[in-house]
Amino acid sequence: MTRVLVVPPRLDDDAFDALIAEAAEVGDERALIDARHVRWADPYGMVGLLALGETLRQGGNPPLLELPQASDVVSYLSRMGFVREAEAIFEMRSPPRPRGGRESSVLLEITRIQSHEDVHGVIDVLNESRISTILSEQLHYSRADAIGFSMLLSEVSQNIIEHADAPGWVGIQIYNWAKRLGRKVAVISVMDLGIGFKGSLAREHSARFGDRWSDSTALEAAFIHGITRFRDPGRGQGLKQIRKKVGRWGGKIAIRSGTAKIADVPEWDDAQPMETDLSPFPGAQILIVLPAKAESAPEGGAAPGRSAPRR
Amino acid sequence: MLPERKVAPLAIDLTLVHRRSITSLYSNLVTRPTGRAIRSGIESQIAEMEEERSLCLSILDFSQVRVLDYSCADEIVAKLLLRFQGADRPGEAFFVVRGLQEHHQEPIEEVLEHHDLLPAAEVEDRGFQLLGRADRQQRACWGTLLRLGRAAAPAVTERTGIVPDAATAVLSDLAERRVVVAYRDGTFCSLPSLLQE
Repeated sequence: MTRVLVVPPRLDDDAFDALIAEAAEVGDERALIDARHVRWADPYGMVGLLALGETLRQGGNPPLLELPQASDVVSYLSRMGFVREAEAIFEMRSPPRPRGGRESSVLLEITRIQSHEDVHGVIDVLNESRISTILSEQLHYSRADAIGFSMLLSEVSQNIIEHADAPGWVGIQIYNWAKRLGRKVAVISVMDLGIGFKGSLAREHSARFGDRWSDSTALEAAFIHGITRFRDPGRGQGLKQIRKKVGRWGGKIAIRSGTAKIADVPEWDDAQPMETDLSPFPGAQILIVLPAKAESAPEGGAAPGRSAPRR
Repeated sequence: MLPERKVAPLAIDLTLVHRRSITSLYSNLVTRPTGRAIRSGIESQIAEMEEERSLCLSILDFSQVRVLDYSCADEIVAKLLLRFQGADRPGEAFFVVRGLQEHHQEPIEEVLEHHDLLPAAEVEDRGFQLLGRADRQQRACWGTLLRLGRAAAPAVTERTGIVPDAATAVLSDLAERRVVVAYRDGTFCSLPSLLQE
């Protein structure tokens, strides 16, 4: 038997949550992920689809993937490196061959992160490409901001190596959120299928939380209080610095792990600072959205929003 | 306190150390393993220097570094300063950070504040200053010593208006934090002044 999971037309973080809720029903059946009607996709949606496919594949049945019917969407998925990564996970009917020779507008293709060398690779790719120019032209970032963007990406990608004990992916692209925000945004997605925040912190920290120990308390401990499994007093600062930088740029950061999601939510977004009882999914899924600065905006970016709750 | 002796400046170009310490060559200083490799390289150079002289001034030059993340800053700057600040330090090394640009300052300041460290640094367009969470008196004493080069507490008191006991205490604290050198004759010397000797 094959169970069909239909991908919504807009493949983003909401679609990912909907898909993994549906995937919970797959059981021993083979999954067919039907993405034929996808019209738009961001890095979180694409990387999420890869993560879902990998989880299903690890469950014993290689999933099938129907690529979007719209040729421009398939072309975009190819340029983003999604198709290349998907070929190792899904069974696909005649996946498109990559076409060379055209300068890509992709900020960072979906890239597998398995080691610290991969993090170096990502930072080198970003800095060898036109990152400063792209971020300056499209998001009105200064040169120092562009370097800060690389720092942020380095820290968030290292999170996979340091805490997940499993490989993951990172991808970045710039979109024009004309209706939603009236500005362009950079969408950064970093995901892994590792042990998750609860698993990472369990041995060192679960005891003092007692019955309260859960995905949400683990996320709070790491995200709000900088708690880490490492005893080194210099550790645990990465997430704090990422939050600080995202907040200063008026952006959003959300981390989903297990059955919970925690977020610093800017004024322009309507997400909840904490969500619980979500469909379980392994590892951690990080979404960062950085809006363009208003061309004459002072350092500090957009108005502050709602931070994840302190308990 | 340290006896009179000539300081041997040891300029450590972080890019060069980086290239020698690990196989892959990057001018972007990111990730903890990279930071650890660089720190290990610096410690080895200091150990070699200290075979000949017992006091070493190490310059950490960031002028060719593009991206520096928090993890790498923690491993290189914070852990190096912590190691040579403790009572069990492996040698008499002092550190001056040089070539800091705007984009380096944030990660370095963050790790310094986190560990309560106070290095002397030369910042692009601003000259030498104390980085980290220094209070008003510490900055005043250090800044005065920077202008005087080498002086005893009364000279610092005279120029800062800080009472003598307090000035002595602040200078001694700065010496413990390894941002000034305390000599046996009761004088103190700022690290940038040593660079000019």
